[in-house]
Amino acid sequence: MSAWFNQHLTALRDALRRLTATPLNSTLSLFVIGIALTLPAAGWQLIDNVQRAASSASGVQQISLFMALNAERKDIAEIESRLKLAVAGRWRFISREEALKRLQGTAGMADLISSLPKNPLPDAFVIDPVDTSPEAMAQMAKTMGAWPKVAHVQLDAAWVKRFDALLRIARLAVSLLAAVFAAALVVVTFNTIRLQILAHAAEIEVARLIGATDAWIRRPFAYFGAIQGLLGGVLAILLVVIGSRLLTSPVAELAELYGASFTLEGPSVSLAAALLAAGASLGWLGALLSVNLSLKHPD
Amino acid sequence: MIVCSNVGKRYPGGLTALENVSCEIGAGELVFVTGHSGAGKSTLARLIAAIERPTSGSIVVNGQNLAALRGSALPYLRRNFGLVFQDQKLLFDRNALENVLLPLAIIGTPIGEATRRAQAALDKVGLLDRAKANPIALSGGEQQRLAIARAVANRPAILLADEPTANLDTNSAAGILDIFHAFHQVGVTVIIATHDPQWSGLQNARELRLAHGTLAS
Repeated sequence: MSAWFNQHLTALRDALRRLTATPLNSTLSLFVIGIALTLPAAGWQLIDNVQRAASSASGVQQISLFMALNAERKDIAEIESRLKLAVAGRWRFISREEALKRLQGTAGMADLISSLPKNPLPDAFVIDPVDTSPEAMAQMAKTMGAWPKVAHVQLDAAWVKRFDALLRIARLAVSLLAAVFAAALVVVTFNTIRLQILAHAAEIEVARLIGATDAWIRRPFAYFGAIQGLLGGVLAILLVVIGSRLLTSPVAELAELYGASFTLEGPSVSLAAALLAAGASLGWLGALLSVNLSLKHPD
Repeated sequence: MIVCSNVGKRYPGGLTALENVSCEIGAGELVFVTGHSGAGKSTLARLIAAIERPTSGSIVVNGQNLAALRGSALPYLRRNFGLVFQDQKLLFDRNALENVLLPLAIIGTPIGEATRRAQAALDKVGLLDRAKANPIALSGGEQQRLAIARAVANRPAILLADEPTANLDTNSAAGILDIFHAFHQVGVTVIIATHDPQWSGLQNARELRLAHGTLAS
């Protein structure tokens, strides 16, 4: 166990030494890997933000539940308890008085509202479901429509379906882009390691003659690939964060022009972790493919 | 103990380097494999160290038949040997100490202990004060001593050298032979392939003389 640990420690040290021995080459490779990871990561980030912006700005992926005009406090309490049991997601109650006040605040509506003999608006619930798939939302709307004193359940099913289809296309496009760039990352690492192997041919020959196993020879190259990929992941996170920061203010200003409040979010912890893991594992894979091929066919 | 039985080696193209060579080398022996250039000395050394495989016959090292060993087991067998090559095979991108550390790193020796053992090996060959020097800055004799230090760093049971005194002047060659002799005196089996028959006259040494790929004596 101790020998195994020491061999890995030596391999890690060798990998770091090789990485710093050629700073220009290492930096250039790192930038290529970083950019290859940044593009799909930025795509994911964009989709995530578009999804949030659409749902908060236009009511997409929301269900509006309108109570009957004769609904009383106990009917509203009944609906609230049913929503709790259904674990439908987050919701908020908008009383008919509050709805009227909001409508009066809308330009050009104040005179019209004041001319009405009584408040024509119902009490309502606005629900943000956890499951936003078109099927789940349609089912939820159908269930709610059967609840007592519910006059109408509004779900723009066509809009939800269109939006969901658009998001699926965008996700697929980004996934394809990610696959292409993942392959590019493997190829870049493969070539870098191939050059490293050529540069260390004498060392590999001597090590083999004096008792090194193939695993021992492979290890520093695998660490090299993984470290290079990991650093590429760090660079990609930095680039996405910088991009998000630069866009935050203009996007907020644009949202304000549409009367909405929206803050562009940077990469989540899970996206950052995925970038680091993808960088390290793809780098490791490229290195292993390269060194395995070179050990089998040294020429 | 090394036992060679009817060992033959034929290379692709038809060149026969060894034919029906049988010999035994006991533990702790000092053996010179001599012969003219092309007699098969280096081939025999490479076969014993399992760098190449014989095309006929068998070689048994410490009870292990090399022909029966799987490829993945060969590195572990080679760790029983301290190998000194004619061209030394030193690494010029690292200093003398780091060259000697290589076999110790391969077997996973902790860096502190490895450094102590590498320094001890350099001390034995008289190169401790050149530990930080790059091999390129060493003389031919010093480079050969460095190769010996690397070979003995992990305390092998068998020290196998191929033409260790080639290209050295008489004084340097004598110095190298003294080092091998010292290792033999502490119980290490020493096998030296050399074209120079004068060294086989050393005390307690045995000579295996090859001629045209066969054992002459």
